[in-house]
Amino acid sequence: MSNTNVQTSKKTDEVAIQLKGVNKWYGQFHVLKNINLTVGRGERIVICGPSGSGKSTMIRCINRLEEHQQGDIIVDNIELTGNLKNIEAIRREVGMCFQHFNLFPHLTVLENCTLAPIFVRKMPKKEAEEIAMHYLERVKIPEQADKFPGQLSGGQQQRVAIARSLCMNPRVMLFDEPTSALDPEMIAEVLDTMIELADTGMTMICVTHEMGFARKVADRVIFMDAGEIIEENEPEEFFNNPQSDRTKKFLSQILAH
Amino acid sequence: MSSITDQKYAPGEHPDLPPPPGSIGVVGWLRHRLFSSVGNTILTIIAFFFLFKVGNAVVFWVFTGATFTGETQDACTQGGACWLVIGDRFHQFMYGLYPQEEYWRANIVFVLMVFAIAPLLFDKLPHRGKFLIFSALFPFAAFYLLSGGLGLETVDTANWGGMLLTLVLGITGIVASLPIGILLALGRRSNMPIVRTLCVCFIEFIRGVPLITILFMASNMLPLFLPEGVNFDKLLRALIGVALFSSAYMAEVIRGGLQAIPKGQYEGADAMGLSYWQSMRLIVLPQALRIVIPGIVNTFIGLYKDTTLVSIIGLFDLLGIAQVAVADVKWRGLAPETYAFIALLFFISCFSMSRYSLWLENKLHTGHKR
Repeated sequence: MSNTNVQTSKKTDEVAIQLKGVNKWYGQFHVLKNINLTVGRGERIVICGPSGSGKSTMIRCINRLEEHQQGDIIVDNIELTGNLKNIEAIRREVGMCFQHFNLFPHLTVLENCTLAPIFVRKMPKKEAEEIAMHYLERVKIPEQADKFPGQLSGGQQQRVAIARSLCMNPRVMLFDEPTSALDPEMIAEVLDTMIELADTGMTMICVTHEMGFARKVADRVIFMDAGEIIEENEPEEFFNNPQSDRTKKFLSQILAH
Repeated sequence: MSSITDQKYAPGEHPDLPPPPGSIGVVGWLRHRLFSSVGNTILTIIAFFFLFKVGNAVVFWVFTGATFTGETQDACTQGGACWLVIGDRFHQFMYGLYPQEEYWRANIVFVLMVFAIAPLLFDKLPHRGKFLIFSALFPFAAFYLLSGGLGLETVDTANWGGMLLTLVLGITGIVASLPIGILLALGRRSNMPIVRTLCVCFIEFIRGVPLITILFMASNMLPLFLPEGVNFDKLLRALIGVALFSSAYMAEVIRGGLQAIPKGQYEGADAMGLSYWQSMRLIVLPQALRIVIPGIVNTFIGLYKDTTLVSIIGLFDLLGIAQVAVADVKWRGLAPETYAFIALLFFISCFSMSRYSLWLENKLHTGHKR
């Protein structure tokens, strides 16, 4: 992984995201159980936990890819309800990267990046392209701008996906297991990009199993199991001195290798 | 062994060698595909023998034994096809019962049609934007030219016929059925119960009924339900019938494409804040339609050939006018020539559509073909 020294946290007292008593069911199955979480602006949070624990579901509730049934979610002072206007307003401010990138295969890399600025932000094409090239340079693949996503490696695709989200100039970035579908050597390049992003003071919530990344970047690590937040702490404390048995068991399994 | 294999090379330095003779090129192809064993050699010879026999007979009937010049059927004495009937009836095959002195109007429409369709098919055309405006205006211009009024002599739509009618029906049906089909497919996948139910009912009803029934109902039953004095054109009714029929099929083809788009594409579009219509127009439909190009063109070709069924309600399309020609006492027993010619015309149209779709598929291929 990179040797970048992450600057001290840029966390502020301003609240970026707040979840209050959030509950969600899939049919009879209770996926999210009374989730309470407050994320400050500039805070970097890593969420870990065994699969099926509701990590992805939780962050997907933040931009309404999943609907919560009880409780309040407030993003950037906008309350997330069934109101389409609010949902679209929140999605404009919240970028998201997925496990499987979800790039649009029929558009070039550049078009992938300029699509939302042009059609959602109503930005002139030329300006959108300049911004897109700026971010493609930041994720170090400007030379791929005219290729199609299908012609890039997995790591490159994920970096394009990050650039694509950044083009909307979001105030919050959500990462849903961004490295889980990648080969080891590509994981490093994506994590480097994420570390650089963290350096700029972006509010980030990452679901990931990359514990090295969590140690280096996170302000807070959250452990979830069976739909509940079991434990949350600063990374040093979390890894060296876990409180609950379930956390200890999880960490021993994941750090055993 | 040969001298090449005796030589020693450092690892990684081995030069590329040519493949053994007889495994590539024409000789290699013949050997591999036609004469690879004794059995295959015999089959090849038998197949060639039959091809030769059939080919010979076809060439005799179509060309060498056929009659191309003359006035009446008596000139046809060589035993092959008597193509004189095609020349004699050519104008009817093209225009049906359209008045002879007005043929020029139909000809102008044919020429304009080429300019109207080209920009829809080829997106790299220079000045495409201007041509597209022309394409949008073309249907009105064509209707005015063909039916007349405002200084032109009126021609009743019942007299439109032959290739002209087939093209009018086919192209209108194709142009109308794609957008209607897209809306129906989106409606069928909608979350809104009323929209979904309406679309499902429409699609299932139309698909459950033969086209002939729809045409027949549109032509004979509809007037019974309309108030007296209200009557609209027979051709228009046939057009609506054909368009609705094929849009129901089109909807199901497109729905197949929509279902093939991974959930992640919808989520990617949603997460960036695109609205429903934006994500459909920019993300989902371009990919879904590309996947189902073969199915769409299949439906187009089916529709184009199904237009021949309008002869059941008394419109003389290409096939209908051919049946009239076959019944002519002046040219007895020349059905094979007539139908062969009609088949050729249909084949040219349908084969062009098929080749165009292949070309389009290749053009839209962006390295993510599975």
